[in-house]
Amino acid sequence: MSLDLSPTGSAAPRTQQVLAHARTEALLIARNGEQALLALVIPIAILLGGRFFGDRLDLPFASTAPSVLALAIWSSCFTSLAIATGFERRYNVLERLSATPLGKTGILLGKALGIAAITTGQVVVLAGVALLLGWRPDPDPAHLLVALLCAVLGMAASAGLALSLAGTARPEVTLAVANLVYLVGMAAGIMLPVARYPSWLQPLIQALPTGALGEGLRSGTPLSILVLAVWCIAGLALSRKVFSWTS
Amino acid sequence: MQTSPVLVARDVRVSFGGVPALDGLDLVAAPGRITALLGPNGAGKTTFIRCCTGLVAPEAGSIDLFGSPPGSATARARVGLMPQSTGAWSGITPGHLLRYLARLYADPQPVAELVSRLGIGPFENTPYRRLSGGQQQAVNLAGALVGRPGLVFLDEPTAGLDVRAKRNTWALVSEVRAAGVAIVLTTHDMHEAATLADEVNIVDRGAVTAKGTVAELTRDVDLEEVFLANTTGDRA
Repeated sequence: MSLDLSPTGSAAPRTQQVLAHARTEALLIARNGEQALLALVIPIAILLGGRFFGDRLDLPFASTAPSVLALAIWSSCFTSLAIATGFERRYNVLERLSATPLGKTGILLGKALGIAAITTGQVVVLAGVALLLGWRPDPDPAHLLVALLCAVLGMAASAGLALSLAGTARPEVTLAVANLVYLVGMAAGIMLPVARYPSWLQPLIQALPTGALGEGLRSGTPLSILVLAVWCIAGLALSRKVFSWTS
Repeated sequence: MQTSPVLVARDVRVSFGGVPALDGLDLVAAPGRITALLGPNGAGKTTFIRCCTGLVAPEAGSIDLFGSPPGSATARARVGLMPQSTGAWSGITPGHLLRYLARLYADPQPVAELVSRLGIGPFENTPYRRLSGGQQQAVNLAGALVGRPGLVFLDEPTAGLDVRAKRNTWALVSEVRAAGVAIVLTTHDMHEAATLADEVNIVDRGAVTAKGTVAELTRDVDLEEVFLANTTGDRA
């Protein structure tokens, strides 16, 4: 079959490019079994454990449910994004795509949109499961607003840190570090409330993005917005400075 | 057919950690011509392509693509790139990858026809990581052509291919040239350069050390001798 190979190259509308990239990134992450484990299986297992055994550990379900939503944000926007991006560097995906009309900015926009879509879907599913298990979130609009802002800032801050790691380290190192940091983050404020730490350690945990995200969603602590905003700016600025598009 | 150069690189200099990777490289590529960069590993061929796609910023010199700088929207819309290896997510299928890449362009090649022409059909739904080296190269070449580019960078397009796959690739590359596309081909395969290239640029330590048509370069000795006389060995 003959092809018309004559050069007429021109770019598609920008929105179409970015949406195509976001859709592809989201589908690839959604189809990845390990990512599904991080995104849904582990959080649902924690929800079930929290619902039926949490009181024995002095972790009421009213606290566990928002903690699991924070965990979803942390796992998708930090761990999954870091691992996926690290291997995109290794496999020259970023090199190839940066030469297309999408370019570097389009890759980042599409990636952000893709991971935001995945995370939103994850949070909706987990919140639904939590509601079915009896979670009744605080209806205070101020709490809800703080939680929403913290969720958005937490996603951006986690993404900035993920890109800083994935853009500098080898993918094998990124894989190991991202999983380790995921576990550390779970303990450092995501799942375990700041108040459970010794008083001398509480300011440190509260100042971490994981502590601020967890507390923001659990307690609606306004300070969390400020902490996450600082991490967001710092993470994105660092990733802009250190990110390398090739491995 | 347009004949003025679509790529003009002058005195391009790049170093990594103080070690020069490109040391005053000059290159011109015109429509309907295959311009080969022939050099040993580490000569700077891939670094030059990365400069042309905006991934690496030269410390000195200039690169002009279609009258625009590397990485600009104009250049990105009209350039096709076949990377040296992989270039795709491990879990994506060729069909999905090519349909996605086609969505980035206003007037892409019909993916079904491209898949058919490159013989991708039998493995169109197989994850990229399970493809053989030759199948991956076919997908990468299709990805470079799907946007109907005016300039294509082929970074060692037949490395690791068997003879039949290599001949098929050469035939397609010749068709692309005949359609008026400018092609920059990096290789360290003398036979490939001799078979395909309208102009051969021998590159060593980041600079062009000899250039001309194959006939001009091989007036007295064969291309391998010319290569050996103008290069100093692998640096990779």
